[in-house]
This record gives sequence, C-alpha cells and structure tokens, in this order.
Amino acid sequence: MIALIGTRLAEHLGYSALAVAIAALIAVPIGLFVGHTGRGMPLVAGANALRALPSLGLMTLLVLLFGLGLMPPIVALVILAIPPLIAGVSSGIRSAGASAVDAARAMGMTESQILWRVEVPNAGPLIVSGFRGAALQVIATATIAAYVNLGGLGRFVFDGLAVYDYGEVLLGAVLVAGLAVLVDGLLALAARLLAPGAGRARLRGPVRASA
Amino acid sequence: MRWGIQNIDIVAGLFAQHALLAILPTVIGLLLAVPLAAVLRGRRAARTIAVVIAGIVFTIPSLALFVVIPAVIGTAILNPANVVIALSLYSLALLLRTALDALDAVPRDVREAAEAMGYGPLRRTLTVDLALAVPVLLPGLRVVAVTNVSMVSVGAVIGVGGLGNLFTTGYQRSYPDQIIAGLIAILVLALVVDRVLALIGWALTRWARAGDQSAAAARGAKAART
Repeated sequence: MIALIGTRLAEHLGYSALAVAIAALIAVPIGLFVGHTGRGMPLVAGANALRALPSLGLMTLLVLLFGLGLMPPIVALVILAIPPLIAGVSSGIRSAGASAVDAARAMGMTESQILWRVEVPNAGPLIVSGFRGAALQVIATATIAAYVNLGGLGRFVFDGLAVYDYGEVLLGAVLVAGLAVLVDGLLALAARLLAPGAGRARLRGPVRASA
Repeated sequence: MRWGIQNIDIVAGLFAQHALLAILPTVIGLLLAVPLAAVLRGRRAARTIAVVIAGIVFTIPSLALFVVIPAVIGTAILNPANVVIALSLYSLALLLRTALDALDAVPRDVREAAEAMGYGPLRRTLTVDLALAVPVLLPGLRVVAVTNVSMVSVGAVIGVGGLGNLFTTGYQRSYPDQIIAGLIAILVLALVVDRVLALIGWALTRWARAGDQSAAAARGAKAART
C-alpha cells in the first residue's frame, strides 16, 4: 500500500510539474511582454476567459478526439495554469513602479536591461504568487486525470467511488490536499527569499551601510 | 453541435440547474465572507489564522469535497446540497482574502469622517465601507463566480453536475458532439454571469464617476470594454 501511495504521489506530482512547466513556457513571455509594454491587455482578458473552460469537459473531449494518453489531461491542466501565471507575471512586472523604470531609463539602460535588472527582480514575489495559484489549481485538478484512466492520486478517489469505499476516497483527498499544502509552502518560502531587499542584500546589510 | 440543437430542451434544463448550482454558492460565499472580513479586520492574530485556514480549504480537490461532505454531515451522496456546500466553502475561502483587501482599501480619512459625522460602526460599515470596497471586491467576485460555473461540472462525476452530465454521458457513449454542446453552454453561462456582475459593479460605483465628466466618460468606456 505504501509503495502504491508512493507511485501515485510521484505520478500526480509528475503530471502537475509537467503542466505547470509547459504553461510557464507560454505564459511567462506573455506576462513579461504585457507587464513591460502595458500593451496586449486583450491577451490577459482572453486568458481570464480560459478560467471558464471546465477541465473535465476538455479532458473527455480530447480523449474522444485523440485517444487515451498523457496529452488530454496535460492540455487541460496547462490551460488551467496559464491565467494565474500571466496575471502574476504581468502584475509583478508592473509593480516595479513608473519612477524606478524612468530612473533606469534616464541612467541609459536599454529596454531589455530595464526588464531584466529592474522589473524582473522587483517582480519576484508576485511571479511566485502566480506560480502558487497555478500549482494549487493544477494539483487539485490533476485528480480528474484518473477519470480518463490515468494514474495520480485521483485513482484512489475514483476507485474508491466505484466500490463505495469512502475510506479510500478520503485517503486520496487527504493526500492531494497534503501535497498542495506542501508545494504551496515551499513556493511561499521561495517568495520570501526572492523579495527585493531580502537574501544577499539583507545578509550584507550592515556591511553595506558602513561601506 | 447538432446534438445540442436537437436536444435543446435537455440542454436548457441542465443549463438552469447548472446556473443555480453555480450562483447559489457564490452568493452564500459572499454573504459569509464580507461580514467575516469586517469582524476580522483589526484582529490581527485571528485574521492571520483565518487567511491560513482559507488557503488550506482551497487546496482540497473539489471532487474529494463533494464526496466527503455527505460523509461528514449525513446528506445523501446524490443530494445537490453537497455541491452547493462544497462550492460555498471554496467561494468563502477565496472571497475572504478579497473582502479583507477590499475593506483595507477604504481610505482611513473617509472612515474617520463618517465616524465624526456620528455614524455608528454598523451604519458606517454598511453605508461607507461596503460602498467603497466594491471596486476591489467585484473583480474577485467575478473570478469566483466564473470558477464556480466551471467547477460545478466536476459534480457530474458523482451524478450532480448540471451541464457536466453532458461530459460524463458523452464520454461514456464516445459522443464528442454532446461534450462540445456542454462546453459551449458552460462558456455562455460563464460569460453571462461575468457580464451581469460587471454591470452590477458598474451600477454600484457611480460615485467613482461623479464629478469630472470627461474622466467619467473615459472610465465608463473602459468599464464597458472590460
């Protein structure tokens, strides 16, 4: 049983990580662009409309059209993760503030230097909070992958439901919630380390003041 | 799509059920979150604990909650109340954060002015704080409402899911047309709910557009676009 839980946990984490990674490849560049230029707001609105697309419907439709496999659930999860990522990255980039950006521009920084040296470091915490939102939703929803015959912790929920074994259902539910809390906690820690003025700068604080 | 047109009466019935299952929890969540936020404001420790609990509630997968609730409160597994209670909990958890932020956004001098004019705490909260909280509260409410519309469909797996039933039966019958009809109907419902809430928000924030006419026109145009 313990070995089975381990396998299901690894599968669940695998689907979730893959989905968030693919979503990040799509959403982060869009977020950087929208945040830096202030253009492309329709993109953000369009991404928000994705929130209304039910994962269960998308997953079952893709399975019927393309067959069983990893692709349908991953696509559904990627679509789920994109809106919070775009929102987090773009609002993070904008949070750098007009005065800091203008100062950097006045100092002769190029646009890409402004983006990478001023806006992105500032955006750290909000970007991570976008990832937290995405990870929470993806980990919770990856449960449904078991409905279309895949593994993951949803197996316990669906197998338990099939034979009215609520103990097994509860086990699945508790494991998913536990995994989500754990991942969320780790990302919260990352946000703290990435906060402007944290980490290196804070550790070297007194030295800097005297230098 | 042909299936949806031929069976428009079935789709319409599920649409109504779906709308009820999505809107009811949104309203319940809002009615619980705002008073709770008003009470928690200013109680720092209680506020922190409540926000942490709300975060944990949101991590429980909806499907698991749909199944566990009947075991906890003793309702029948096919009772739609399970879905309403589960989604109300999520809505409360999501809206509590937003409601706290919204009340925090009320300028302090306005609150103090209201107090100086003799407003009691209750009257001030209802007529001043709430009115000024709308611009922050409403975007959060729209996200929650749209998320609920999408989440109701998961209930189909346990037999209570409005339009989600089109997904499960369509999948079991290998009939994509039925799933597509469900997806389109859910997107339409989400769009309608979102527009109606945006309109309510626009009507409730007329004070923000009072005064400068050109600024008011610009904001109105923007509100209409978003």
